[in-house]
Amino acid sequence: MRVGVVGCGAVGSLFAAHLGQLDDVETWVYDVDGRHVEAINSNGLRLTGVGEVHSRPMATTDPAELPALDFGIVATKGMHTESAIRATAHAFADGAVCSVQNGIGNEEVIAEHVERVIRGTTFPAGHLVAPGVCQWDTAGKTWIGPFEPKPAPMEAVESLAGVLTRAGMETEAMEDARGAQWTKLIFNAASNALCSLTGLPHGRAASNEDVRWVMDQVIEEGKAVAAELGIEMEKDPAVLLEESIEVAMDHKPSMLQDVEAHRRTEIDQLNGGIARFGEQTGVPTPLNQAAWALVRGLEASWQLEGE
Amino acid sequence: MTFERVCVVGAGTIGSLCAAHIAQVAEVSVLVRREEHARALNENGLRVSGKSELVSELFATQDPGELPESDLVIVATKATQLEKAVAPLSGRFDDAVFMTIQNGIGAEEVVARHGEWPIVSSVTFMSGTRQSDDHIEYELDTATWMGPYHPTGTPQRVVEKVGDTFVQAGLKVEVLEDLRPAQWSKLIFNCVVNGVAAVTDLPHVRLFALRDSEEDLGHFVWDVMTEGKAVAEAKGIELFEDPWEMNVEAVSHGQTDYDEYAHVPSMLADIRSHQPTEVDFILGSLVREAGRAGVDVPLALSLYRLVKAREVAALAGGDGG
Repeated sequence: MRVGVVGCGAVGSLFAAHLGQLDDVETWVYDVDGRHVEAINSNGLRLTGVGEVHSRPMATTDPAELPALDFGIVATKGMHTESAIRATAHAFADGAVCSVQNGIGNEEVIAEHVERVIRGTTFPAGHLVAPGVCQWDTAGKTWIGPFEPKPAPMEAVESLAGVLTRAGMETEAMEDARGAQWTKLIFNAASNALCSLTGLPHGRAASNEDVRWVMDQVIEEGKAVAAELGIEMEKDPAVLLEESIEVAMDHKPSMLQDVEAHRRTEIDQLNGGIARFGEQTGVPTPLNQAAWALVRGLEASWQLEGE
Repeated sequence: MTFERVCVVGAGTIGSLCAAHIAQVAEVSVLVRREEHARALNENGLRVSGKSELVSELFATQDPGELPESDLVIVATKATQLEKAVAPLSGRFDDAVFMTIQNGIGAEEVVARHGEWPIVSSVTFMSGTRQSDDHIEYELDTATWMGPYHPTGTPQRVVEKVGDTFVQAGLKVEVLEDLRPAQWSKLIFNCVVNGVAAVTDLPHVRLFALRDSEEDLGHFVWDVMTEGKAVAEAKGIELFEDPWEMNVEAVSHGQTDYDEYAHVPSMLADIRSHQPTEVDFILGSLVREAGRAGVDVPLALSLYRLVKAREVAALAGGDGG
């Protein structure tokens, strides 16, 4: 089996490094960062933290080098989905492509370029510390299921889940993976946006009475939209938030990392996604709308001269 | 008629501007927090440059017990230091009038807890920059608006006497019978502009008035201002100016998106320098008044709580750790 990881940031690295350990899987990595790709090809891809993993996937910055692949795992930031899948779609002509990205709306973009799409949601997190080296911060499960408008067959979904689980990334194949996706979406909308706006890491934000009050409303709005869409939550995001405080006390969610580095955030796919689906379903989402506008304002502050 | 003995509590930019000007026409004492600040003022006098050029002699002390009798006490500390500054004045200045000049609303209530003095409310549009303990650069010589604080039954002629004292001293004044319409216009404007700036790190720029795409910041500014206006309406206050128009007008001075007008509101300045903000007196007072008036202000309350948390992170050194 050949699997290609498209976008090898922290989450892509977790998948690629684990898959690279399997003898019967040929693992490819596509990323635009030449230094990262070169480091992976010279020294392999290394995870430290929750677990120590070291493997040697084949990495490239040139999509033309990718062979025909059975599966794709797209792990870019939301704003790069379109360019990444457009560049690599040829390798998946006979394969199926799974998004493990944050937020909602990515599968729709992937489906414009490939025929068989898998909806995915993953909880493990980390951050790159050097080219070829990723700090693995939190362990967790991955849920995947056919993307309804352009579904991959269930056997393909189960096959991918099997290989990922065998590689050490516990993955569950489901007929309807929307519940898991919306669980994480809502959790992330609460955590990422509010950590970014306050500058507090996850656990400190969620245990702060003021932030929590706002997070709770972001969550309630998201649940109301999901309910209107007929989605059954995998788990209550509010409970998830409560359980995450201790284990992620000083964890900086990816959006806060982006904000500190003045990188464009995924707010459009998170609170923006909830607000857009709220608009479509007629469910009011004032706090998600507010978080969306405020984070966009925060991004705009970096453009000011002398800032 | 003017006041002859005036005490100014707090010698930041606004307190210093009041003290230096009024010392030209009255005896002025100043209460400061630091001994070296008092010494600098006593030895060198207080200098103002810019819109006025003057050096005033006055008496400064960090010990409230040393303050001489006064007829007018101008409380000009930051809202965050108000309680601590006024408490030691309890039982003093029996016949004096007190004047508050803080941002936001609610300063009058704090002062009223410590004495029976008649209180004059004010909002000031003056601004300046503190060059040193004894030198202030006077930048905007716009008016200070004042009116009676009705719960203490302050007579209008007392407000006029305060106004005359300011005018004699060379400061611009607008004396009103009811300050609340102006106070509330400025409060709502300040709540949103300061609050949004504090959480986005964005100075007051055009984006605050932009409402094209659905995620544009102007929508949020508009929505929170609408909540604020509902509170004013429930309190029977007819606003002097529409806060949204104030916002549009303020950001319209630049020709391009960002480079011309980019005022850094005080709460953002505080966050950037890891200082406590006046959020409890600005957004906090709007939220409290909304509660009293029975008006729901979910967005203002969210913004208030976000600033409170932003402050926690800023005071911890900016990284929250």
